Amino acid sequence: MQDLVNIFIKGVFIENMIFAYFLGMCSYLAVSKTVNTAVGLGFAVIFVLCVTIPVNYLLEKFILSAGALEWAGMPDVDLSFLSFIMFIAIIASIVQLVEMLVEKFAPALYGALGIFLPLIAVNCSILGGALFMQEREFETLTEATVFGFGSGVGWLLAIVAIAAIREKIRYSNVPAPLRGLGITFIITGLMGMAFMSFMGIELG
Amino acid sequence: MSEAAEELKAPAIKEKSEPLFSKKNRKLLSDPMDDNNPVTVQVLGICSALAITVQLEPSVVMGVSVIVVCAFSNLLISLIRNLIPDRIRIIVQLVVVAFLVILVDQILKAFVYDVSKQLSVFVGLIITNCIIMGRLEAFALQNKPWPALLDGIGNGAAYGAVLVLVAFFRELLGSGKLFGADMLLWLGYEPNGMMILPPMALIVVGLIIWAQRARNTKLIETH
Repeated sequence: MQDLVNIFIKGVFIENMIFAYFLGMCSYLAVSKTVNTAVGLGFAVIFVLCVTIPVNYLLEKFILSAGALEWAGMPDVDLSFLSFIMFIAIIASIVQLVEMLVEKFAPALYGALGIFLPLIAVNCSILGGALFMQEREFETLTEATVFGFGSGVGWLLAIVAIAAIREKIRYSNVPAPLRGLGITFIITGLMGMAFMSFMGIELG
Repeated sequence: MSEAAEELKAPAIKEKSEPLFSKKNRKLLSDPMDDNNPVTVQVLGICSALAITVQLEPSVVMGVSVIVVCAFSNLLISLIRNLIPDRIRIIVQLVVVAFLVILVDQILKAFVYDVSKQLSVFVGLIITNCIIMGRLEAFALQNKPWPALLDGIGNGAAYGAVLVLVAFFRELLGSGKLFGADMLLWLGYEPNGMMILPPMALIVVGLIIWAQRARNTKLIETH
């Protein structure tokens, strides 16, 4: 249990997708003009990460990694070079599937998340999450899922925070060439520095 | 039958007589460098890149990889643009890009293993680099292969240029070296450890954007 909490805290604060790895920056910069849309996209990212990371974990564990095909009687096969294409195919199709399911069974949620779901297929934080999951070699499915959830929460936190700051900064006198994109980059950098103070936190 | 086929071919040949590096085509190469820079103006593709700008060498390798992937994915998609059904185009694009990225990744692993280890997951993340998807959507799907190839090279190079610029400042100030060779240390320069930390990449990009927009005032945003 403590391990899981550690993985979660690490995903949210210490190895924050945005501030430590710059993953999902494109949508982070493009969709952070108002808090409402930022919250919508943030939840969509959490949702998709929680679905795709476990699926990709199983794929990695039972098909792609070296010796994983032992259950099929092929212990010498190493398909790990296929992981990029498999991960992105899984992500794109799951996003499509999730979009259809949500539209059918939860129209209200679809109204809130709908426009963001297609965007998410090419959000680097999703593929990045899958690749980090592969690199860190989690032992159980639960660990991988918690990692996905934690990363998603960290991403939500970052985008909501920057959206709130951008809403307020409209009233300040930023030098003209720095307006918009430039100042957003610099603020993100400063927030990243603040987040670095979480480094080294470990429970237990 | 053969006459009809020849007739069909004729206009294509005629259009090809346009010089390969006409003014319009040269603009495809030069435009992304400043007015339409994918990173500093269109805000695309920052995702997969800033973490690797601590040193120049990985940035150069990353820049070259993106040029290759961007150019060839543009070329391939442009070649098959009339065969792709509109509804599944995103998946088709992803498959083409992923295929090229796997090639690049395997080549990097074979020839520059150290750098490939340093780049870790970020080579894979070229797949979701928005510049590539953005160019495929906005350019390759509507244009002929040759302009699409040039557009890909132009955008990839512009992206690489920003990467190299950021890495130049970060490595020079952060460790006093360039490409691992001593530049400032022999002058008694004390390396600024701050520059190596991730947040400084964002701040350096912010300053580059500032400098670019101060010079090119038509890019200034109202908010």
